[in-house]
Amino acid sequence: MMSKIVRTQANFLYPLILIFGFYIVAHGHLTPGGGFQGGAVIATAVALVAVAYGYGRISVWIKKTHLTAAEGIGLLCFIITAFFGIGTSFFYNFLASSGGLFGNRVGYGVNPGYLNTAGTIPIMNLAVGIEVLGGLGVILMYLMSYRMEVRG
Amino acid sequence: MILNLPFITVTTVIMLGLYAMIFRRNLIKVVIGLDLVESAVNLFLVSMGYVKGGIAPIYTNAPSTDMVLPTPQALTLTSIVIGVATTAMLLSFCVVIYRHYHTLDTRKVRRLIE
Amino acid sequence: MRNSLMILVFFTLFAAFLYVAINPGDFGYSTGEHFVFGEPRFSDMDNYFIHNSQNQTGANNVVTAIVFDYRGFDTLGEATVLYTAVLAVGLVLRMLLKEERRDENDE
Repeated sequence: MMSKIVRTQANFLYPLILIFGFYIVAHGHLTPGGGFQGGAVIATAVALVAVAYGYGRISVWIKKTHLTAAEGIGLLCFIITAFFGIGTSFFYNFLASSGGLFGNRVGYGVNPGYLNTAGTIPIMNLAVGIEVLGGLGVILMYLMSYRMEVRG
Repeated sequence: MILNLPFITVTTVIMLGLYAMIFRRNLIKVVIGLDLVESAVNLFLVSMGYVKGGIAPIYTNAPSTDMVLPTPQALTLTSIVIGVATTAMLLSFCVVIYRHYHTLDTRKVRRLIE
Repeated sequence: MRNSLMILVFFTLFAAFLYVAINPGDFGYSTGEHFVFGEPRFSDMDNYFIHNSQNQTGANNVVTAIVFDYRGFDTLGEATVLYTAVLAVGLVLRMLLKEERRDENDE
């Protein structure tokens, strides 16, 4: 466990990094970013809190079973979304330009981005973001939780 | 670019990574060298798609429509994730080796059965 | 003696890499043209992606459209690689904790 200055700063920065990471994941089809990049930023927030407080105190709040469940749900949602357009092909974008959930039309040219476009791409961004968060968090928790016996 | 400056950077970083992998005795420094080589190869892959006077391939409030090639950037994303997976596995092996031999010197971890 | 031989081979390799980086020459083109940094020769597929990605997928970000729509199968393989890495780290470091608990129970 680190000193009081580091703990106070980690308390202040943790929700800001979470919001920034989810912003990068959610606007993946308009600005640079996407699923993998946003998931890595959110895992950075988990790493900051885990280093500032030590493994013993943080394992009460962030458990390994929750993170592995998040990783499994993310990969499963990604595969199910790929199977929905199986009438034409695997991974068919069946929501683009259709007027449904994410289906406004976009013409060719420079425009300010609209959030309601791009079909199945935001859904896949969210699934991959949750999967990368779960995966990197579990790797961090396993590497921090080893203890060594002192022999002799 | 003057004298293909990105290619000279890629060459220098590959050589530094190979130096760290061959001439250093600590296991953690060998893993750092492998990470350096992978980062240099990703930089080479991205710099293959450069078009003179081009901007990033994004249409939101773009100043023009001359864009660099987007396909090598998509391949680099996959390569970075595979680099992360390899480094995570190597570091977990370092943890197990340290618990067994109580040292991380590559000249001392040569015994088969302890 | 062996150390100085290794350093000599190392610097020869560095000089060879630098020569190719500064002067690539033909770069594998079969018609004898020279490679110019900043003018890629085979860009028909990327021009198709840049012109048609807003009509067909509706995304402003061409790189995300390539990663998740035109080449989505590679992203499936990459997610599987990440999942396998987490599985392997959990397997290797889990035996470590069980071994410790068994040693504590024996003593």
